[in-house]
Amino acid sequence: MHPILRTVMQRLSLGLLTLFIVSILIFSSLEFLPGGYAENILGQGATPETVANFKKELGLDRPAYVRYFEWIGGVAQGDFGASYSGLSGTIKREVTTVIAPRLYNTFFLATMAAIFAVPLSLILGVTAALYRNSLYDRIVNSTTLATIATPEFFIAYLLMFFFAIKYRWFFSLSTVSEATPFIEHVYRATLPAITLTLVIVAHMMRMTRAAIINLLASPYIEMAQLKGVQPRDVIVRHALPNAWAPIATVIAFNLAYLVVGVVVVEVVFVYPGIGQLMVDSVSTRDMPVVQACALIFAATYILLNLLADVVAIVTNPRLLHPK
Amino acid sequence: MTSANSADIRAIKARRSFAENAWRTLKSAPVSAWFGMIVILIYALAAIFAPLIAPYGEADVVGGAYQPSSAEFWLGTDQIGRDIFSRLIYGARNTIGIALLTTLISFAVGGTLGVLTALKRGWFDQGASRIVDAILSIPVLIAALMLLAVYGKSISNLILILALLDSTRVFRLARATALNVVVMDFVEAARLRGEGMGWIVFREIVPNILPPLITEFGLRFCFVFLTISALSFLGVGIQPPTADWGSMVTENKSLITYGNPTPLYPAGAIALLTVAVNFVVDWFLHKTSGLRDEH
Repeated sequence: MHPILRTVMQRLSLGLLTLFIVSILIFSSLEFLPGGYAENILGQGATPETVANFKKELGLDRPAYVRYFEWIGGVAQGDFGASYSGLSGTIKREVTTVIAPRLYNTFFLATMAAIFAVPLSLILGVTAALYRNSLYDRIVNSTTLATIATPEFFIAYLLMFFFAIKYRWFFSLSTVSEATPFIEHVYRATLPAITLTLVIVAHMMRMTRAAIINLLASPYIEMAQLKGVQPRDVIVRHALPNAWAPIATVIAFNLAYLVVGVVVVEVVFVYPGIGQLMVDSVSTRDMPVVQACALIFAATYILLNLLADVVAIVTNPRLLHPK
Repeated sequence: MTSANSADIRAIKARRSFAENAWRTLKSAPVSAWFGMIVILIYALAAIFAPLIAPYGEADVVGGAYQPSSAEFWLGTDQIGRDIFSRLIYGARNTIGIALLTTLISFAVGGTLGVLTALKRGWFDQGASRIVDAILSIPVLIAALMLLAVYGKSISNLILILALLDSTRVFRLARATALNVVVMDFVEAARLRGEGMGWIVFREIVPNILPPLITEFGLRFCFVFLTISALSFLGVGIQPPTADWGSMVTENKSLITYGNPTPLYPAGAIALLTVAVNFVVDWFLHKTSGLRDEH
């Protein structure tokens, strides 16, 4: 087998294994609750019969490993089971139908943020690395250090205060529904997307800068400079082919970072995404929804990191020419 | 002649007291580090002497709801008429205290396990490292949200959950740095001398892994502090009536739509502290590791 293919396959199977362990961790978090979930919700005054009934209703009366395989089997087919809310009533809420439209909204927001953030941070990072220790570099560096250290909701409220309240360029609340037209959706999601952009540009720009500086210190770059190659060609022909791997890592790492940032930003702007759904479900302790959201977030995170690794392997020039 | 010289050098070095050395180091600190240290000092004073500084009590209803800032209430009052300035000062005590406690537990657990696994190796090391790898692949905020849903929201649950989640990061660093020290000759020498486990850990290994761990402590504190603030802001962290910056932002967030910047004060208080700690850590990192951008 080709060495690249073999390494990629190895990495993919390792990723699947991690995903499997994470799904067990997420599922079993409920099992470790001292006293059990049903007893905890019903309180100390509940009779054993009430607890047993409640457990039966939630399906918690069967052994854990049976429920795990049912759950993970359903997840593989896109079915996350029934939500705890409205279980006893006539209307059953399927977790999948609750999550699907919100997942689309979150995906929409994250994509918008990525479209803004990736080119911007690459340009900032590369230029800061090229003009290292200049005034420009110092300003960009300390600004990004400050943005990294600031909570997302501070940036979000600051932007809302100025651009939605003082100047009224945007709406302060990004309420959208399935009936919202595309252009309107983009417009309403702009302010949250800018917030997310500011948060991840800082990380991405600093990592790009570090990667490029590291690269420019290599002997073959010095060699190219010494033999009189044009500065532009040094970057494009010598530095860039080797930079794809670190840049891909940086991008994927920060898109994974979006997963966390999106929760807070959605709550600030009341944007109906999966992050807000998770927070609401945590308050009502609706476990099927919480576990489904956690699994989706964790899976996105793992897959993005996996993707970065695969890109790094595939673009590594050393692996392309095996000895 | 060399012995005479080195004796002189030692004498010169000994003439400076610890305080003088500390002052010399501080004098060379850049402006950003000075700014950071002064801000941290102010926050620490506010947290320690909160009852003396704050004009009103933490949960006292002292006026009407949503009063604008005046001579009586410097930053106005909140939704049930508590003085926002007083709550900001008490918030320093609660928020920083809880974050500090969480980070300390996280370092105690993660650091101990990390050093022990580096010393022992074997199946215990393998098992612990694999579990930690799996936990690391779930974002902390998401894992914390899920665990809070399972165990219910309370301050003690919040501290324990975040400390355990965060200790995985500390474990990784402590184990990696300790692994480099464990193979050194002086550890081997101590073992051959017949020193006990406690001596080897605390006299041989810990002093040598301390600088990276101290830097990490600053960064982990910032991270824990931001995560606790985010969870409180989302309404699942520190619960009212405890004054806390994250939940204060949520409590007053409706004000911002009327052009009132009140929610920005507690959010800004959080931002200022984390920026300050980051500046100091940045400087410490440069000092201890000799890390420079130049190649």
